[in-house]
Amino acid sequence: MKLELTVNGEARTAEVSPWKRLLDVLREDLRLTGTKEGCGEGECGACTVILDGEVANSCLIAAGQCHGRRVTTVEGLANGDMLHAVQDALVRCGGAQCGICTPGIAVCAAHVVDHKLLEGPDPRTKVRELLAGNICRCTGYQLIVDAVIEAAQR
Amino acid sequence: MDRLPVGTSLPRVDGVAKVTGRARYLDDLDAPGAWHGATVRSNVPHGVLEGFELDPAFDWSQVVIATAADVPGRNVIALIEDDQPALVAIGSPVMHHDEALALVAAPTRALAFEAKRAIKPKIRPLPAIFTVEDSLAKKELLYGTDNVFKQFLIRKGHDDDAAFEAALAKAAHVLDHTYYTSPQEQMYIEPQAMMAEWQDGRCYIVGSMQCPYYVHKAMKALLGCDGDGVVITQSVTGGGFGGKEEYPSMLAAHVAVLAAKAKRAVKMTYDRDEDIAATTKRHPAWTRHRLAVDAAGEILAIDVDCVMDGGAYLTLSPVVLSRGVLHAAGPYRCPVVRVRGRVVATNHPPHGAFRGFGAPQTTFPYERQIQKLANLRNEDALAIRKRLALRSGDTTSTGQLLGFSVGTDEVLGAIERTAGPRRSSTDRKKRGRGLAFYFHGAGFTGSGEQKLAGKCTVAALPDGRFEVRSSSTDIGQGALTIFTQIAAQGLGVDPERICVIEPKTSLVPDSGPTVASRTCMVVGGLVEKCSQELREHLAANDGVLEVTKQYVPPPGISFDDATYTGAAYPVYGWAACLVDVAVDVDTYEVEIERCVHAVDVGKAINPSIVKGQIEGGTLQALGWALLENVLYKDGKVANANMTNCIVATFADSPELETITIEVPYPFGPSGAKGVGEIPMDGPAAAVANAVENALGVPFDALPISPESIQRAWRPS
Amino acid sequence: MTEYIRPRSIEEAVAARAAHPDYMVLAGATDLMVDAKHKRVPAGIVDLWRVPGLFAIRDTDHGIAIGAGATWLEVQRHAKIFAHWTPLAAAAREIGALQIQARATVGGNVGTSSPVGDSLPALLALDAELELASVRGTRRVPYREFCTGYRKTALAADELIVAAHLPRPSAHAKLAWRKVGTRRAQSISKVMGAAAIELHDGVVVTARIALGAVADRPIRVTAAEAAVRGCTPRDAAEAARAAVRAAIAPIDDIRSTSVYRRQVAENLVARFFSDLT
Repeated sequence: MKLELTVNGEARTAEVSPWKRLLDVLREDLRLTGTKEGCGEGECGACTVILDGEVANSCLIAAGQCHGRRVTTVEGLANGDMLHAVQDALVRCGGAQCGICTPGIAVCAAHVVDHKLLEGPDPRTKVRELLAGNICRCTGYQLIVDAVIEAAQR
Repeated sequence: MDRLPVGTSLPRVDGVAKVTGRARYLDDLDAPGAWHGATVRSNVPHGVLEGFELDPAFDWSQVVIATAADVPGRNVIALIEDDQPALVAIGSPVMHHDEALALVAAPTRALAFEAKRAIKPKIRPLPAIFTVEDSLAKKELLYGTDNVFKQFLIRKGHDDDAAFEAALAKAAHVLDHTYYTSPQEQMYIEPQAMMAEWQDGRCYIVGSMQCPYYVHKAMKALLGCDGDGVVITQSVTGGGFGGKEEYPSMLAAHVAVLAAKAKRAVKMTYDRDEDIAATTKRHPAWTRHRLAVDAAGEILAIDVDCVMDGGAYLTLSPVVLSRGVLHAAGPYRCPVVRVRGRVVATNHPPHGAFRGFGAPQTTFPYERQIQKLANLRNEDALAIRKRLALRSGDTTSTGQLLGFSVGTDEVLGAIERTAGPRRSSTDRKKRGRGLAFYFHGAGFTGSGEQKLAGKCTVAALPDGRFEVRSSSTDIGQGALTIFTQIAAQGLGVDPERICVIEPKTSLVPDSGPTVASRTCMVVGGLVEKCSQELREHLAANDGVLEVTKQYVPPPGISFDDATYTGAAYPVYGWAACLVDVAVDVDTYEVEIERCVHAVDVGKAINPSIVKGQIEGGTLQALGWALLENVLYKDGKVANANMTNCIVATFADSPELETITIEVPYPFGPSGAKGVGEIPMDGPAAAVANAVENALGVPFDALPISPESIQRAWRPS
Repeated sequence: MTEYIRPRSIEEAVAARAAHPDYMVLAGATDLMVDAKHKRVPAGIVDLWRVPGLFAIRDTDHGIAIGAGATWLEVQRHAKIFAHWTPLAAAAREIGALQIQARATVGGNVGTSSPVGDSLPALLALDAELELASVRGTRRVPYREFCTGYRKTALAADELIVAAHLPRPSAHAKLAWRKVGTRRAQSISKVMGAAAIELHDGVVVTARIALGAVADRPIRVTAAEAAVRGCTPRDAAEAARAAVRAAIAPIDDIRSTSVYRRQVAENLVARFFSDLT
């Protein structure tokens, strides 16, 4: 099918099978390699994108389902050279080590912060619940939580 | 420069690239025209490969197949011994489930996998063994004459077994228990990935790895070429933890052979389930620990007998066992020590390096034993450790006299100050507190660093920048950044002028592997020396624009490999961990309510990076204690996917409290020693001690799963 | 090449289902697309994501109707579901993690009716009724009659799930739910329990007690429901415990053991009652 979708605000097209995973469309057809594959089963969150305003695992979305829809990837978080608050905080707080999970975390955290999902009591616990679909093996999560809280406070 | 870079939390030099998704891992690299590889693997744990059946319905003209016959040099993955083939040859033994038998390359990944599924290996099965008991009993002979890959015997304060038993007999009490620690999957989030291309008779390999020169050495043997015939480059690596120490040599061999046969670049990336099923895991270990004390509670003798399952090939088992036995008596004063270690062959896929590298396996038993002693004597957990701990002036189990940089009192004191009151139990939650105290030798054992003779170069570029050239890889632990800081400080320049180049064997010297908590201390130390010396040359304007230095051991360090006596490591890291748990009486689940980790690192070159290392290692250890496991069924990994081979999520992790302690090591850069592995060694024992404290029942096997708690404990 | 159909209404959806029984029907696809790279490529896809009429959550005369296409995120954020059908909101929050909850649908969980489906014990305890549609018309099936075996349901080959209807629980109903997973998020259930209990004058009048992950399908433990009638909460706890123990035969599998599941199942159910004191 001729897939037409909006990616990071730009109209994009690709000639793909409707069954092709959105993750593969992004990485192979659109050469947006920021979104990563860690497991292929929706467990690790490294493939997280924002689809029509909600976070989703792009390894579990079929290309056909994206036709006419809007996708934001890690490449779309920054505004030119200006990093999203979450990206900036992750750098300053030491929340990225090997970095392979970082795009997925940045996307999910940006969504959480932008939609003010941390408001209320005990925001650190909320961060942990809302980001639980993103696995990091390097950091022990602590500095990432610090970064997301800091970004939310900005 | 207004503030010296060492000791500041300079943001990672690769941080922006990583948060923007611009950092390119192997599978992100442009590879126009490259084919994709897939591996045909054994579906039996032991047998003889008789051949392959190719499905005639598949169009084989579309793909390229490679077998052992296509290996140009020696069909081995050269490491410590050369017992493991890159591909099993026809007529040769298949030694484990998922062993690589043949390779296929195709224009697309999907086609390569389709082709792989259309190749059926014909294997004549042989009886397989999966337990260390069966291995020691030689039910099947898999290695040498007795299935023992390696054994060690350490004796301190006695000459023979009769003398040891005599010392034991003097004890007022002997705590005699056996412990089991489970296999563990590294679960780096970037699966194994590698690409090879031949140009003008030379093989270029790039991929996710920790040790470019290990791969280089292995490829020389496999390809039958000299050092110039193959160039290895590390690509940005998404985690390793030891899992990319030796395994990448196997994957490199595979892509190199395929690329030669296909006459084009070949890339191979593992799916997660293949990665879990076929690559190395932490060695499971069974340890009998006898702790003999006098009436006053002084340790008279320690006896450790540790057996590890090495899996089907030797790989790194001797070194894992070595570190295990050298840490087995723990950081406690003891005049008489006997440690016996054996690592044996089974038909499991080979076990290998994982953070801690044998020390977590022997730390768990000794910290459980010390806690049992404390429980027996009704002695406070912190007090007993303070009383019995090694300090400067004491000798270790190998007779090493401890000198500088012994952070015992600092880490125990930090825990004491932060411990605070305990929360009480309720009718729904049984609460407990546990402690662990442990040490970790930094760098390679004994004369290992001298044998490695690691080198590093720092060079001044015409544009005013400086280049650091080493084979150390940044695998997330921040090597690029700390080398930048160390070099900037040594040269007296702004960190922005430092460039740590990518580890490519044609451009960097062999600094030794990125393992063993040595990168900062040993290689960083070389970076420091090179930088300082280069600064002097530049100040003198003598025309020297490049300095290379080789590792020189600190004075007074000598180790006897034959008797395993002497200074096993130039220096040790020290740590203590406090864990508060709550056990749910309905579900038997353990929640970690508090985890405090105090670690003496000598000097925190970058405090934020050090904190991140401690926290990452701590959570891996907590996961090992409670959540993680590798389950084998008939020699095959039964939980080979992320759904069933689980690691901790954000929601499983407590707020981790980290106390970085600095007791400087004079021979490390700015006083730094190792930090990468020690956080892995102790928390599992602290958890077990806490759960026992909560429930009054001992847990001596990992993982401490809800199922194991339900079996052992009844709410009263 | 896989055909792709995006129906614009329930009518178009059931027509597509009837015309292409071999096509994969998906919405959130969080289960169906696991390991998609290595799955057989389907001949076609019928995409039910956001089909008008299929995903609304609306009040009905007797309770609430949750469209099969509603996501678990929508369910957990719905104020009325959270207030009156709390177990379902609680289950929604423990399905996978945020990325899964934002895509996975009520219809998906119900259509698969895996023995470990996270929402299913809650649907049983809340006495859900399914609305099914095909080109032949619509019908209703109580959820307690929907599962016919291991991953087998009463859904006809040409039918689609349209909605789950939940009656409003009585004002006196006490609702309870708990999932015991392999970890705190992104976990497959090892044991799950849900209950809707009505007390009057200090004794149990009726109870619906449901368990997941202890049989080949989610179950109502009718023996326990009978045993607790007329009991005080304290006695009901013990009676339910004994009845659950006798009624279930859970298995050993890669995630847990029969012994653990049985013990924890009785603990959860007993606790549902003892919490009422």
